[in-house]
Amino acid sequence: MRLAQHMAVASERVRSTAIEATEFPELSRAYQVMAVPKVVINDRVQFEGALPEAEFLSAVLRASASDVER
Amino acid sequence: MAILTSQNEQEIRKVFGQLKDPVTLIVFSQSLAAADLCAQNEQLVREVAALSDKLGTEVLNLAIDRGRAERYGVDQVPAIVVEGARDYGLRFYGVPLGYEFSNLIDAIVVASTGEPALAEATKTALAGLTSDIDIKVFSTPT
Repeated sequence: MRLAQHMAVASERVRSTAIEATEFPELSRAYQVMAVPKVVINDRVQFEGALPEAEFLSAVLRASASDVER
Repeated sequence: MAILTSQNEQEIRKVFGQLKDPVTLIVFSQSLAAADLCAQNEQLVREVAALSDKLGTEVLNLAIDRGRAERYGVDQVPAIVVEGARDYGLRFYGVPLGYEFSNLIDAIVVASTGEPALAEATKTALAGLTSDIDIKVFSTPT
């Protein structure tokens, strides 16, 4: 979560939303949240658990690249 | 009854010593949707904001203040927007207690300083983004 927040402050392109999974069961179902923390980037790239900064960045860049390809 | 203990308050005041620019905590509520959680969220935000004169709060209604909700991209309650010198895109859905609480405090600090704790390589890569990135992080209080 901390990385997502700091990335949002670093770039005007990035938005970070922390979602309390138990309070939003429908959202959690829609995003198939089975374990937390679960990170979903642009509704496409997703992973469970905390990642080191470089790997988190790779996931962001993958999500960005798949946008460009569209 | 207060949500934060006096020990919590002491610790948070210490962290808030780093605050630089003013931060506004914009709360979205809607009593018809989730009255108890919205009330708890408003109380928590007020208690946190009271710990620094650099913090302000604003409580909006998701159903009434639709223009603001749309501008912030908020469509759920309870929600918090952490806004610093600009809107950095920091959002919280649900009452940020437990694990999320430390993230709320961290979001306030980074929105106030405007200085993300990231490696230079990360900042450079993010500066090159050409499309919008929406990161959702699901967690639970424990």
